[in-house]
Amino acid sequence: MIGIVDYGMGNLRSVQKALQRVGADAEIVNAGEQVDRYEKLIVPGVGAFKDAMTHLHERQLIEPIRNFVASGRYTLGICLGLQLLFETSTEDGLHEGLGVMPGRVVHFEPDDPALKVPHMGWNAIEPAKDDNPLLAGIESPAYVYFVHSYYADPAEAGDVATVTDYAGRFCSSVWRDNLFATQFHPEKSQQVGLKMLFNFAGLG
Amino acid sequence: MCHMLTRRIIPCLDVKAGRVVKGVNFLGLRDAGDPVEVARRYDEQGADELVFLDITASHEQRDIMLDVVRHVAEECFMPFTVGGGIRTIEDVTALVQAGAEKVSINTAAVVSPAIIKQTAERFGRCCTVVNIDPKRVSRDAFEEHLKENPGLAQDMCPDLGDRDVVWEIHTHGGRTPTGLEAVSWARHVVELGAGEIVLTSMDADGTKDGYDLEITRAVTAAVGVPIVASGGCGSPQHMVDVLRPLSEGGAGADAALAASIFHYNEYSIAETKQYLAERGIPVRQAQAVQM
Repeated sequence: MIGIVDYGMGNLRSVQKALQRVGADAEIVNAGEQVDRYEKLIVPGVGAFKDAMTHLHERQLIEPIRNFVASGRYTLGICLGLQLLFETSTEDGLHEGLGVMPGRVVHFEPDDPALKVPHMGWNAIEPAKDDNPLLAGIESPAYVYFVHSYYADPAEAGDVATVTDYAGRFCSSVWRDNLFATQFHPEKSQQVGLKMLFNFAGLG
Repeated sequence: MCHMLTRRIIPCLDVKAGRVVKGVNFLGLRDAGDPVEVARRYDEQGADELVFLDITASHEQRDIMLDVVRHVAEECFMPFTVGGGIRTIEDVTALVQAGAEKVSINTAAVVSPAIIKQTAERFGRCCTVVNIDPKRVSRDAFEEHLKENPGLAQDMCPDLGDRDVVWEIHTHGGRTPTGLEAVSWARHVVELGAGEIVLTSMDADGTKDGYDLEITRAVTAAVGVPIVASGGCGSPQHMVDVLRPLSEGGAGADAALAASIFHYNEYSIAETKQYLAERGIPVRQAQAVQM
């Protein structure tokens, strides 16, 4: 069973329904003490970094998520859920994240005025690491749906799973051992995204 | 080929009392009025995003729209925006909780601009879309409207230079002038928190003669958020014109919204994208994947 962390930001049903579509069972989890019951965990989310950390704190979800990742079980962050894994974000001041992935989250600053912020729409991901199990069976380049103004800048190049071209190359997903995260929305990326969720559900 | 952010092609669906209206004409569709069926079909065709516009007149029927949003979100794994009739932050919240990826605010943005800020603060800029509907009016008429609309419109005090014609924002489907000049209003809504603008030219809307390139160029050049061009699309060439970068003589829009050319099967999404790709506009083709 996969737990989808609900911390009061955005709709989680589409993630849950997408998992059901690919044959995986998933439940919404909103209490810290329940996190440990799941085999896999998804941290989704839309909205502001600071608010998200505040909500995670209020619901006492911070330590349970850190412990879950440390336990070696498969975890997937999506969009804001990717950003929250990092140490800091510069969104609206400087804020601390969960710190399970070294690096920081920064704002897009394109030199070219034709490049808009938010980075919104379908863009290609290029693998930066071999044998990424999430991308199994997906032909490259795969197009996925992005909607974000901030992106992660991992401290260790080895954590970068895919890169995407927007105002230079940025890290569009990460992978370290049991921890995966995508800046794009697999649950909104049609067949390609469903396949990634299928792959995640099938891990282990 | 260089891989980059593709231009989005967005079919727009009018929904009234929970049903898609304006005759969507897909072959073999069991129920052409069912928003979920229609959305699923566009999903298969590779539409990049969908816009659902609630044209239900009465506020009491909003719950029906929430049901539509809920079903679409559960069945279609693609981004979609919901607009029409949003008046308060509570309306926005209900739509987001039902599964809308983005909400698009129109009249309420003019009547009480604070809703833009509230939406951006609560759900992020990326969720906050503002519709702006400009129409060409004479400078005299505009100055008249400016007098009739004290407060916001006058505070903005747009620099009209020596223009004889002004692009004035209208609400209620083009019927109500506001005294707001389109480019300065676009800048203002972005300052308040809009993460995207849907720009519908009231002059071009319904003509099928092409998007209003002039106003689209002006707004695209003025703001740093994505612009969805809307109103007037009659052929894929019109999309080429509006999506081509400013630096190449186009209008620089990031996405093109269209209704009738898709609904009446004049062009499929795939044909349209093929046409755009052949003319150098970066687009995404639907990718089939084996589970």
